[in-house]
Amino acid sequence: MPKELWKGNEAIAEAAVRAGLEAYFGYPITPQTEILEYLSRRMPELGRAFVQAESELGAINMVYGAACTGVRVMSSSSSPGVSLMMEGISYIAGTEVPAVLVNVMRGGPGLGNIAPAQADYNQAVHGGGHGDYQPIVLAPASVQEAIDLMVLSFDLAEKYRSVCMVILDGSVGQMMEPAQMPEMRPVQRANWDWATDGRMGKRERRVLSSIYIEPAEEEKMNLRLLNRWRTIQANEVRYKEYFLDDAEIVIIGFGTAGRVALSAVREARAQGIKVGLLRPVTVSPFPSAVIEQLAGKVDAFLVTEMNSGQMLEDVRLAVKGRVPVEFYGRLGGVVPFPDEILNEIRRMAKSKMAVNANPRDAWLERMAAG
Amino acid sequence: MLAENVVCVRPEGFTESPTHYCPGCTHGVAHRLVAEVLQEMNVLDKTIGVAPVGCSVFAYNYFDTDFVEAPHGRAPAMATGIKRVLPDRIVFTYQGDGDLASIGMGEIVHAAARGENLTVIFVNNANFGMTGGQMAPTTLPGMKTTSSQNGRDVETQGYPIKMAEMLATLDGVGFCARRSLHDAKNIRLAKKAIRMAFETQARGLGFAMVELLSTCPTNWGMTPVNSLKFVENSMVPAYPLGDYKISEAIKQIKI
Repeated sequence: MPKELWKGNEAIAEAAVRAGLEAYFGYPITPQTEILEYLSRRMPELGRAFVQAESELGAINMVYGAACTGVRVMSSSSSPGVSLMMEGISYIAGTEVPAVLVNVMRGGPGLGNIAPAQADYNQAVHGGGHGDYQPIVLAPASVQEAIDLMVLSFDLAEKYRSVCMVILDGSVGQMMEPAQMPEMRPVQRANWDWATDGRMGKRERRVLSSIYIEPAEEEKMNLRLLNRWRTIQANEVRYKEYFLDDAEIVIIGFGTAGRVALSAVREARAQGIKVGLLRPVTVSPFPSAVIEQLAGKVDAFLVTEMNSGQMLEDVRLAVKGRVPVEFYGRLGGVVPFPDEILNEIRRMAKSKMAVNANPRDAWLERMAAG
Repeated sequence: MLAENVVCVRPEGFTESPTHYCPGCTHGVAHRLVAEVLQEMNVLDKTIGVAPVGCSVFAYNYFDTDFVEAPHGRAPAMATGIKRVLPDRIVFTYQGDGDLASIGMGEIVHAAARGENLTVIFVNNANFGMTGGQMAPTTLPGMKTTSSQNGRDVETQGYPIKMAEMLATLDGVGFCARRSLHDAKNIRLAKKAIRMAFETQARGLGFAMVELLSTCPTNWGMTPVNSLKFVENSMVPAYPLGDYKISEAIKQIKI
C-alpha cells in the first residue's frame, strides 16, 4: 500500500475497518466526530453494522452486546463521553469479552474544551469504571502509529478477552499526515467457545454475565483477571526509545507530549546535551521495567505530559527514588512547544533537582517564578 | 402417570433451575409464557435473551437459550448490539419497570424509535422489587412504598408513566400492547400478545413490546390473592389493557 494523506480520526476509522471491524456504535463529540461520520458511510458500504446511538451509554452497551457475540466491535468518543462509558467498560471487563474503545482526549474536567489534552490518563490506566480490572491502553503519537495500534488493539482485545483502549489527544485525531494503511483483512468470525451467538442446534446454551453472586466466586474471577494481567504485563509492553544509548537525562512522555519532546531532544543533542527520550506506546501495561533499568544508569528523568503529572506517578514508582524525576506539564488543552521542553532540558543539564524533592511542587514553583 | 392426566409440564424453553421469585409473584407466569411461545415458534435454538437488573436479573438461569445480563436499564442497547450483528437470531429483553421506565428510559425509547427488530417483555409491578419496594415511575398515585411512605404524592413525586401508550407514538414500533397476569383469561390474552411480539420480530416488522401488569405481594405487603385483586381493581384502571399499536403488516399475521 502506498502512503496517502490521512486525517487522524479518519485513519483510525479506516484502520479499524481493515482490521475486520464488524460493528461500530458511537455518538458525536468533538474532537472525535470524524470517526463516527466516516464509519456512517463506510460500514454500510461494506454491509457491516453502524448505529449512531442515543448517548454514550447506549453506544457502549451496544458494543457490549455485540462483543458478547464474538465479533470485532468498537466505539469512540472524547473525554466527557468516555466518562459516560465507564459503566459499560466495567461490565465488559467483568464479562471478559473483547472490545475496543478510542478516546480522542480533550481539555477537562467537566465540559472543559475541545483542545488536545492527556488528562484522562488516570481514568484509562488506573481504572475509571468500578471494580478490580485493568484495561490495555495504547497511546499513539502520530497518524501512522494510530493506524498500527488500531489494528493491534483488536488482536490484543481478542487475545486476552480484554478491554483495549486507544488514547490519543485531539491533535493526533485532527492532524493530517502521510500514512500507510494495512491490507483489508477479511471479516473472519472466530468460533469462540464463549460467544452467546445462539445455540443453533450445535451446543449447550451459554450465558455471559458480570455477576458472581458468591463473593468467593467473584474473588476467583478477580484473581483470574489479575493473573491474565500479569501475562499481559510480561508480554505486551511496548515503547519507543530515542538516543538512549549514552543519555544522561531521559525524557518520558507519551503521545503528543512525547512527540513534542522528541523535537526538543533533537535540538538539545545539536547543542551537545546528552539527552534521550522514552515514549511509552503501551501506557498500560506500563514500561516500568525499562524505566527501572534506565534509573540505574542515567542522571535524571524529565516527565512531560499534557496534564498535571498523572503518568509521573507511575514513573516515580519505577524509578524508586534512585535518581531525580522532574516534571514539566501543560494543562487544560494547552500543547507545549518544543522550546519549553528544551528550556527544561538545558536547565537540568546545568543543575538537577534533589532526589527527594517533589517534582510537581518544583514545577509549579518554576511556573510561578516565570 | 397417564399422559392424559398431565396438566402441567415444564416447557422445553425452561432449564431445570428452580426460580428465586417470591410466592405469588407473576414473574414466573411471564417467564413461562415467553418459554412456551419460543418453543411453539421453534426458535429456542436461535434465541438470545437479555436479562435486566432488578428482580428478573437471574432470568438467564431459567431460559434454555443463550443469554446475556445487561447493566441496569441498558438491555435494549445490548440487544441492539446483538441483533445488528446477528439479524437472523431472535433477541429479546426482559425488563422490569425500574429498569425500563426509570434508568433505562433513554435506551428503550431510542431502540423503539429506531425500529430495532427486538421483542421487549416489560413487567410492570409498580415498584422497585429487588431493592425492597421503592417507588418506581409506575407507582400509582397515593401508593405507599418504602420511598413514598405517605403514599406517592404527585405534587412532589410526579405521575406514573404509561410506557405502552408512550412508545406506541413512535413510528419504529410495529407492535405494542398491555396485558395483565391477574387471572387465567388475561394470562391467555397475554400469551397471544407475547406470541405476536415475537412474530413481529421474526418477520422483521420492527420493535415490539408487551407490557405485563404484575404482582409484587412481598413489597406490596399483600397476600398473593389480594395482590391479584389489587392488579385487577387498581392497576388495570390506571393502566388500561389493550393494543396500542399494531402496524398494518402485523394485522395480517395469522397464528
